Amino acid sequence: MTTLERLLAEHPFFKELDPRYIQLIAGCAQEVVFKAGEFIFREGDPSNKFWLIRSGKISLEIFAPGRGPIIIETLGEGDVMGWSWAVPPYRKQYDARALELTRALEFDAMCIRGKCDEEPKLGYELFKRFAQIIGQRLQATRLRLIDIYGSHS
Amino acid sequence: MAVTVKPQQIALAVSTDPMLPVPYRVLRVRRETSDTFTFEFGSVDGSRFPFAPGQFNMLYLFGVGEVPISISGDPERPEILVHTVRAVGTVTKSLCKLKPGDIIGVRGPFGSSWPVVEAAGDDIVIVAGGVGLAPLRPAIYHILNHRGEYGRVVLLYGARTPGDMLYKKELAEWRGRFDVQVEVTVDAAKPDEWRGNVGVVTTLIPRAHFDPHHVTALVCGPEIMMRFTILELQKRGLRDDQIYISMERNMKCAIGLCGHCQYGPNFICKDGPVFRFDTVKEIFGKREI
Ligand SMILES: Cc1cc2nc3c(=O)[nH]c(=O)nc-3n(C[C@H](O)[C@H](O)[C@H](O)COP(=O)(O)OP(=O)(O)OC[C@H]3O[C@@H](n4cnc5c(N)ncnc54)[C@H](O)[C@@H]3O)c2cc1C
Ligand code: FES
Repeated sequence: MTTLERLLAEHPFFKELDPRYIQLIAGCAQEVVFKAGEFIFREGDPSNKFWLIRSGKISLEIFAPGRGPIIIETLGEGDVMGWSWAVPPYRKQYDARALELTRALEFDAMCIRGKCDEEPKLGYELFKRFAQIIGQRLQATRLRLIDIYGSHS
Repeated sequence: MAVTVKPQQIALAVSTDPMLPVPYRVLRVRRETSDTFTFEFGSVDGSRFPFAPGQFNMLYLFGVGEVPISISGDPERPEILVHTVRAVGTVTKSLCKLKPGDIIGVRGPFGSSWPVVEAAGDDIVIVAGGVGLAPLRPAIYHILNHRGEYGRVVLLYGARTPGDMLYKKELAEWRGRFDVQVEVTVDAAKPDEWRGNVGVVTTLIPRAHFDPHHVTALVCGPEIMMRFTILELQKRGLRDDQIYISMERNMKCAIGLCGHCQYGPNFICKDGPVFRFDTVKEIFGKREI
């Protein structure tokens, strides 16, 4: 196993993924480091990458005219960032910025799509995992909409 | 010498008649948020106020009314009685206007407590939402005062905005300790006023460092927050008997007589407010209860 394959296998997102598939997708991944304050992408950018965060912290921000930037979510160790590469119009909907030194595994989405076309079972596995992430984010968003801390303890 | 108060040793501290309020004087007031204040009280006759973490008092404001409020101070400093109150209605709004020197009536302490003695030897995960940090603070003090008796200690706290957070100075102090994992999160924030987590408190649970087989979870906040917190803890592998929650209902007598606080077969004032989750799971979250 190469170092990259080991890092992929250790990340919670790929927990129990068949080592054959790890090997296959490792060809689409590279290790990256973002400095504190660095923008990783901006709203409207083409969505052709996603990341598995190994350490550090990233904020997702929306810029509201008259109010300035608002952090809507932070992501950290063990999280996945970016799923808009999987659905049209393949554009980033937020700004993403490293809040501290952040290490991640970066994936080339075109390359991943190619592998999924070659190996549909891998595609099914990946989309199952992304569906779970999207479901969790949706649930967290709903909880915030109903203001779970309420006006009472 | 430090005083360790065990729940079973607690007697009514302020009066032999549990229906009779005893006068307490406001010593200090601290503004926590725009609508929440922490009060330090001293008894008028100089007596001490032993209690167990998680218990509550009935605070009586002459001519206005009486409300149940959790004790939020350090159980090992029984000379000062501490309460944190959020102004939501008639009585709590009047309480929040108290100034040093004002007198209120106190009945208590009442109810069950967090299992801080029984949990010795375990990891501890504390999950608080909004004002729910207040009833948990005495448990946090106890655990930190006896840090060596516990394994890993994790505090996860969620508030709507940075301005809605209680006990900011203490949170910063606890964060600075190497022997406690403190994670605080808010629903949204501006980058120039907040460097911490953004997201609901439940999103912190998958990342918290504890051993799910040897952990006791203490959870307090609005019921909906507790419901989703329990689900996340269960996903981490906790059994229902490892999870404790604190419940609220309107109260009158606080001693199990009037039935005002009935919760299924329980009275929250005497069987609760702290319940082990497996003992209430059949009724927890039910609409009609
Ligand atoms: C065991 C226990 C411990 C508590 N600890 C604290 C504490 O540490 N700090 C604190 O600020 N509050 C605490 N509370 C809640 C507090 O008792 C209520 O906010 C208070 O009774 C409201 O009275 P009021 O006269 O100010 O409001 P009211 O005029 O009676 O009500 C105003 C509004 O608030 C709603 N309301 C009243 N009580 C509650 C409640 N318990 N939960 C949800 N909605 C309610 C009413 O339906 C109404 O809409 C606790 C409650 C219990 C049962
Ligand atoms: S408040 Fe009277 S029985 Fe609980």
